[in-house]
Amino acid sequence: MKASTSVAITAFVLVAGFALCALQFPNIASTRVVANLLTDNAFLGIVAAGMTFVIISGGIDLSVGSVIGFTTVFTALAIERWGIPPFAAFAMVLVLCALFGAAMGTVIHVFELPPFIVTLAGMFLARGVSFLLSTESIPITAPIYSAVSDFAIRLPGGGRLTAIAIAMLVILVVCALLLHLTRFGANVYALGGSRAATALMGIPVGPMTVRIYMLSSVLAGLAGIVFSFYTAAGYSLSAVGVELDTIAAVVIGGTLLTGGQGSVIGTFLGVLIQGMIQTYINFDGTLSSWWTKIATGVLLFVFIALQQGLMALARRSSLKPAGAKPVDVKPVEATPAGAPT
Amino acid sequence: MTLRIPRRGMAQVLALIIILMIDRLVSPQFFNLHLQDGRLFGSVIDVLNRGTPVALLSLGMVLVIATGGIDLSVGAVMAIAGATAASLADTHSLPVVIASALAVGLACGLWNGILVAVLRIQPIVATLILMVAGRGIAQLITEGRIVTFTSPDLVWMGNGAVLGLPTPVVIALGMLLLTAAVVRGTALGLLIEATGGNARASELSGVGTRAMILSVYIWCGLCASLAGVIAAADIMGADANNAGLWLELDAILAVVIGGTSLFGGRFSLVLAVAGALIIQAMNTGILLSGYPPELNLLVKAVVVLAVLLAQSPRLGDLSRFTARWRRTKP
Repeated sequence: MKASTSVAITAFVLVAGFALCALQFPNIASTRVVANLLTDNAFLGIVAAGMTFVIISGGIDLSVGSVIGFTTVFTALAIERWGIPPFAAFAMVLVLCALFGAAMGTVIHVFELPPFIVTLAGMFLARGVSFLLSTESIPITAPIYSAVSDFAIRLPGGGRLTAIAIAMLVILVVCALLLHLTRFGANVYALGGSRAATALMGIPVGPMTVRIYMLSSVLAGLAGIVFSFYTAAGYSLSAVGVELDTIAAVVIGGTLLTGGQGSVIGTFLGVLIQGMIQTYINFDGTLSSWWTKIATGVLLFVFIALQQGLMALARRSSLKPAGAKPVDVKPVEATPAGAPT
Repeated sequence: MTLRIPRRGMAQVLALIIILMIDRLVSPQFFNLHLQDGRLFGSVIDVLNRGTPVALLSLGMVLVIATGGIDLSVGAVMAIAGATAASLADTHSLPVVIASALAVGLACGLWNGILVAVLRIQPIVATLILMVAGRGIAQLITEGRIVTFTSPDLVWMGNGAVLGLPTPVVIALGMLLLTAAVVRGTALGLLIEATGGNARASELSGVGTRAMILSVYIWCGLCASLAGVIAAADIMGADANNAGLWLELDAILAVVIGGTSLFGGRFSLVLAVAGALIIQAMNTGILLSGYPPELNLLVKAVVVLAVLLAQSPRLGDLSRFTARWRRTKP
């Protein structure tokens, strides 16, 4: 119930914000702008979906931005320099990403190290490797790239729903199904609720941890491929700092950073809110881009304070009936951490 | 009487010596020093000088990490303080400039401290807010430009010399001594370690954990703003986008290399600074060797992993085994 409240608040902020923007600049409320918003944030949406899994399980993945950078460079080099067909290159890079994520998950589980610092090392490693591969921006001229960038579904009102926007929507739906309807998803929630309890229930904690980080890295790899379609180039400095945008989107989307609660749809809304702020600033023209950062920071603070308040409220209402019969427990109290909404 | 070598810190000191030796192999004139215009020059001085910002950051960071927290915003605070100092430098005297930059750092630290200690927000998230918004605020101060200044007083902060040593090094040394005196000269250090070890138990035994946490974040903000002033003075300008970029990660790395656990508890100021010097000695070594500087990140990643694995609780059993083995030996 609490989780759905968070998502509802996020949705309200998005709708209210969009209405305010549309009031000031009526042109914002067109399919053209909305479709562009989806296209511009396609890679962010994909990588944020992966981050949602990691954060719900109680971890964090700082390496995603570097993995995106690595993927774009590797894909560009493979297609342009080594003459590998694009789809084989995609498969190769996704396998590499999966191995990378599995390695991080293994280190976190086997050596009982904090995910924060392990994925920090992963961030250095992935960025370092992409620097070693190439420090220049490599344009990709494969025919599939121009074909994909030409493809779009025309929306009424002149909007173009591009291939990468569709890819993001499909991946988000798949991730939402995976998180909310499968045993894997339930285990992710359980891990974030309590690691010890999860282990005692007989859920293999180690393989789960490895799989979650694998999933995050593979989705970061997919985001990198989408990013290479978006820019039609590979560059080792691309997506620097994206891990922060991603974490911000996930938190704004109502996922608890302590784990155990969150949803993919909330994350999607969080990504859209960030994109909306960016769009507003573009429309205004007089505001500088640094206002995006300040606005994101303020939103982050508001949402975290809100979560803290809701949690304190839930704690109070669950403490009150401590002596009373369990029947008296109000429906507002903390839902068991594992319950997806 | 035998010479007793302190076991704690041996690894860090050895690592620093080994890296300096490798640097010496790479560039034979590494340890050469010469005096020019009343200031020492040489690669070793360079390591000290370039390592100053991270060393200052790690002084604040080590206390924060000792309480079981983390401060991701130090890089952004550096940018804000640098922007403040640079925009005031040409119109105000040096004490005013430094005081206002430090006040900004103090305010940032207070903000983080309140979020963590009073609102009880997770440290990573609480400081993430300022990390994201901080660079925006810095750009607001500089109005999006790179503000340059010519004030000789402030330039001296970054490029001058005291008794032959570069000013930043002297400042960092002073801060180290000051922090050590305050923290280790009183019971404060012990109370901070208690807070990090078990906040609830400390609270119950009468430690003002809230005040402890608040004060370490404030100190961290102060150290970060000082580092920001020095970084701005060094390049005679403030770049809100790039000043202190990713230095928070280097500072955390320095603290971890210095043997302080990210879970809080026991800490060492000197070893954290040694960690910062290790990082800088590696950077300088790679630059001197003529390898591409891109290698830097890879080497750093390998070092982090090595240090982490050495500190891993799972490997604790192994080290206890070797310790017992060492003790039984005559």
